[in-house]
Amino acid sequence: MKTRLLRQKTATHAILIALGLSFVAPFLWMLLTSIKSLEEITSLPVTIWPEVFRWRNYADVFDVIPFTRYFWNTLLITGLSVIGQLISAPLVAYAITKIEWFGAKWIFPIVIGTMLLPYQVTMIPVYLIFQKLHLTGSIWPLVIPTFTAAPLYIFLLRQFFMGLPTSLIHAAKIDGANDYRIYWSVVLPLTRPALASVAIFTFLYTWSDFMGPLLYINKAKQYTLTLGLQAFLAEHYTEWGLLMAASALFTLPIVVVFFFAQKQFVEGISLTGIKG
Amino acid sequence: MNKNNLTGFVFASPWIIGFLAFTLYPLCASLYYGFTDFNVFQSPRFVGLDNYRDLMGDDLFWKSIRNTLYLTVISTPVNLLFALLTAMLLNTRIRGLSVYRTVYYIPTIIPLAATSLLWMWIMNGQYGLLNKLLGWLGLPQPGWFSDPAYSKMSLILMGLWGVGNIIIIFLASLQEVPQSLYESASIDGAGGFRKFRHITIHWISPIILFQLIMQVINNLQYFTQAYFVISSSNLNQVSGGPENSLLMYAVYLYQNAFIYFKMGKASAMAWILFVMAGILTWIIFKSSKRWVTYGGGD
Repeated sequence: MKTRLLRQKTATHAILIALGLSFVAPFLWMLLTSIKSLEEITSLPVTIWPEVFRWRNYADVFDVIPFTRYFWNTLLITGLSVIGQLISAPLVAYAITKIEWFGAKWIFPIVIGTMLLPYQVTMIPVYLIFQKLHLTGSIWPLVIPTFTAAPLYIFLLRQFFMGLPTSLIHAAKIDGANDYRIYWSVVLPLTRPALASVAIFTFLYTWSDFMGPLLYINKAKQYTLTLGLQAFLAEHYTEWGLLMAASALFTLPIVVVFFFAQKQFVEGISLTGIKG
Repeated sequence: MNKNNLTGFVFASPWIIGFLAFTLYPLCASLYYGFTDFNVFQSPRFVGLDNYRDLMGDDLFWKSIRNTLYLTVISTPVNLLFALLTAMLLNTRIRGLSVYRTVYYIPTIIPLAATSLLWMWIMNGQYGLLNKLLGWLGLPQPGWFSDPAYSKMSLILMGLWGVGNIIIIFLASLQEVPQSLYESASIDGAGGFRKFRHITIHWISPIILFQLIMQVINNLQYFTQAYFVISSSNLNQVSGGPENSLLMYAVYLYQNAFIYFKMGKASAMAWILFVMAGILTWIIFKSSKRWVTYGGGD
């Protein structure tokens, strides 16, 4: 019985490691390509390990495209979006879980409904609204909607608030606090782990977003990294070494964030996925 | 309005404003634009069903529907099954769970832009890593993204790399299945497959349903990866990949709206997509009554 269990565990590990390697290999290939010279990349047979390490590729990225500028543009949009969601989403989630009013029941089903709504349906009219406001070509169309609470984060925070004991709020009410005060000094401090998840997911989503900037940003000096990468691909489509170096630089902040916030990630994902 | 109603309204106002301005009004507006000839530079002109009639005779429209349905129908079950099997492997009481979880999850956080670039390079017909490995094994080495027979398969393969969050969701739900159920089933002499069907699937079916619907809806809106691959082969960005095999519905919609400025036609397409998504979701919900059981997990 014991040897069978051991054999089973070894087999499981073997499969997971083999599978894991195929998940890791593309990254290694990105990094290995990013330090190869163009000659080596375009010569056959294909080499795995670089013959010459061309670290200069990374410096060249900054010469070929204004990488630093794209980086700051992306960071600005991402930062404002995180602030937007952190302000709006918990307010709405609180309204539908902890306040007894006529909207408490029917807002949530609509929130779920909008999660299922393809964004293409609203894309064109929303674009035209921002065009009428003369805001296309600026970052505002990407930032303003984040202050209106995304359905996913309302959903996530609702799950969290449902777990907060109502007795806590009643107790604070008896002590004479009103809803605004309770929200600010009792509920929000308790919500920190869930807020961290919202912040991380917003960061991730905005950092990676391609469709939004593609629609609204039209001047190269306002480009985000995703747009920069796409333009770079179109103009320098043979320079794979540089492209891989740029991709690696683009990916690095995400991996760093993940490294420090792994627990929040996993909890946030489990929270949104479990109770459909 | 009593006091609570006012407070609730104030708290919910960010969402209410957003819903009116960015969802409800646009929903009505795009329905209307679908019946107009509208190129942004002039105001919309009502043309009845012309856009819809045009679309029915538009080969690229049908092509993009076929491409998107192909992707959805194959990619959705393949991704869910792969994620479920991997989650089950990770659910055995095993060492190094957090290391595995990290390894499988990290690809999903990589921006799709970078993912697409990376895989275009890995699947490069001439200099790609994948064909080098296939060469070692003595297998054929297709052109992947540049070959219409393989291009959609390439997207599906690339998609498998990003199933990490589905794995984590499945893993979390698998961990809530009571072990005692498996033990008593073993005593009753149930084999591995029967336990899988009658306990595992039964218990986590609500999560499978939720994931199935989200995957179908996401796949119907497949955009970034296809757009990246297409624009690498064509500088003016109005191509659909080799023999239009990568022209996804959302890409064609985008091209109509923002490259040809056919806002009316694009709006009609958006509504057709909406209806398609609605019908598919409805079918999945209807069928789910036969295989989803609630009350297990909660």
